[in-house]
Amino acid sequence: MTELLIMAAYLALLLVLGVMSQRFFRGTAKDYFLASHSIGPVLLLMSIFGTTMTAFTLVGSSGEAYRSGVGVFGMLASWSALVHAAVIFFVGIRLWAIGKRYGYVTQIQYFRDRFESDKLGLLLFPILVALVIPYLLVGLLGARGVVRSLTVGAFPQLFASTDGAVPPWLTGLVICFVVLTYIFFGGLRGAAWANTFQTCVFMLTGVVAFAIISSKLGGLSAATQQVLDTHPERLMRSGSLSGTVFFTYGLIPLSIGMFPHVFQHWLTARSAKTFRLTVIAHPIFILIVWLPCVLIGVWATAALMPDGSLVVPPGSPPNTELALMVGKLTTPLLGGLLGAGILAAIMSSLDSQFLCLGTMFTNDMVTHYLGEDRFDDRRRILIARVFVVGIVAVTYLLSLAEPRQVFPLGVWCFSGFTGLFPLVFAAIYWRGATKAGAIGSVLVTAAMWLWLFHESGYGADPNYTFLGMMPVATVFGCSAATLIAISLVTPAPSERTLRKFFPQPSRTALSAAGVAVPGD
Amino acid sequence: MKRTALYLALLLLFLLHQDFWFWGDSTLLLGFLPVGLAYHAIYCLATSLLCYLLVTYAWPDDAEAFAEGDSAGEARPE
Repeated sequence: MTELLIMAAYLALLLVLGVMSQRFFRGTAKDYFLASHSIGPVLLLMSIFGTTMTAFTLVGSSGEAYRSGVGVFGMLASWSALVHAAVIFFVGIRLWAIGKRYGYVTQIQYFRDRFESDKLGLLLFPILVALVIPYLLVGLLGARGVVRSLTVGAFPQLFASTDGAVPPWLTGLVICFVVLTYIFFGGLRGAAWANTFQTCVFMLTGVVAFAIISSKLGGLSAATQQVLDTHPERLMRSGSLSGTVFFTYGLIPLSIGMFPHVFQHWLTARSAKTFRLTVIAHPIFILIVWLPCVLIGVWATAALMPDGSLVVPPGSPPNTELALMVGKLTTPLLGGLLGAGILAAIMSSLDSQFLCLGTMFTNDMVTHYLGEDRFDDRRRILIARVFVVGIVAVTYLLSLAEPRQVFPLGVWCFSGFTGLFPLVFAAIYWRGATKAGAIGSVLVTAAMWLWLFHESGYGADPNYTFLGMMPVATVFGCSAATLIAISLVTPAPSERTLRKFFPQPSRTALSAAGVAVPGD
Repeated sequence: MKRTALYLALLLLFLLHQDFWFWGDSTLLLGFLPVGLAYHAIYCLATSLLCYLLVTYAWPDDAEAFAEGDSAGEARPE
């Protein structure tokens, strides 16, 4: 019951924060969608980090470490540290500059202009929406599982069918209501504030849980020594993880470059310099969150209760390892805080994803096709809010269908976004990238993704590889090759468009760089 | 020159991720940290250091100017 009370108090705090953020709302569409480009370095770092860390970060990392050992850190965490930072530096800052200069709110607005193609937007919209929805489901299902495992026995009479635990349908309903409330009122500013608060909560919770659990197991050395004695293979990369799979996992974090919700967060930055802290601190934040979770997961393979039984008995449901370690080795207070921390990690992604779908629908469909002038700011915000309510309802209903294989579905969803990465990279850096190349690349990504997803049994085989590599490598390679090949043989964009997106450096900038400027 | 050197360092860091030399090593560092895990923890710190050098010595100054419309492309008649 203590756990439940702490989680409920945490959710109430978030609601208060959401309502408070409305006091700073300026009433304009730009403020609702982009916080009026007013977000500073700390909020940007926390909100982007919170957005990119999902249910998988706390729950899945310890679960994967429990099953396959420490290799999961290199496969997911250190790859993300490098690739995320590089994408923010090389892509995020450029997209912020382009978005700020031309007033873009969504990726599709940019791609339509850059590739001079309305059809490209029409093609991308359903694909992006279809890829975000499974990502939303991963969060919602993760939250439901955690709350259920932490509240077993709390309401034996009321919820007898779930052993007294809060039933999944109720958890999902409450989570959706809380997230919906603070983004409904505060827009992206509300999400950025909530994400900052939530990122602090889940980072602190992870570190505190790590310290207490290691102490209960007799200290850091004793905890690891037990694993070395019983499951030494968990302390190295086991034979089940091939070199090519480990290497090609590095493509998955490229997905951050095409996440529509991250694009929207990038555009909230006050200036380009705002990104500096994010680029530098993002890898350290990944280390702080992932390392304790991976170690707890590995320790769980050998951790014993005072009576000699295993803390995590064989046959325990997947991804409950962290909750079991915290529940059995620490106090109900910490169990409640951990529950709040996991909900924080999950909701800090859900909010931005819900909001980005509302933003895309309003700007890429409604105002684009019905006319910009027909809608004032008040109506645009209203449309976005109504669409967000609809998407939350649809996602909630889909989550009731209990889709299986949630985490593999998450990896598949990321693979789809990675397949679209060549599009954004070429749009920014290659003048020769053409409309036909872009459309071809998107179509090939969709076709390859669907084919490989089908081949994997629709995500049923979590260890599915193609040609010995993660399927993302094939999707990404085909997408990039198509974009390059078609662009080389089709007409380049107009000179007007190229000047718009690839301007020559100004005379001032050239002079400052020491370049001789004709006419000086 | 600095920019090129930093981009090469980034490429090197990318290649160093594939630490096959620790693949089957369960040696513990500091008595509790498997060497393969410690390597990737240090890798994250090295990434952060390289990012610090990138934002210090290879910062895209033109991005801010572009966002504010300070470029030749803007001055030309469309």
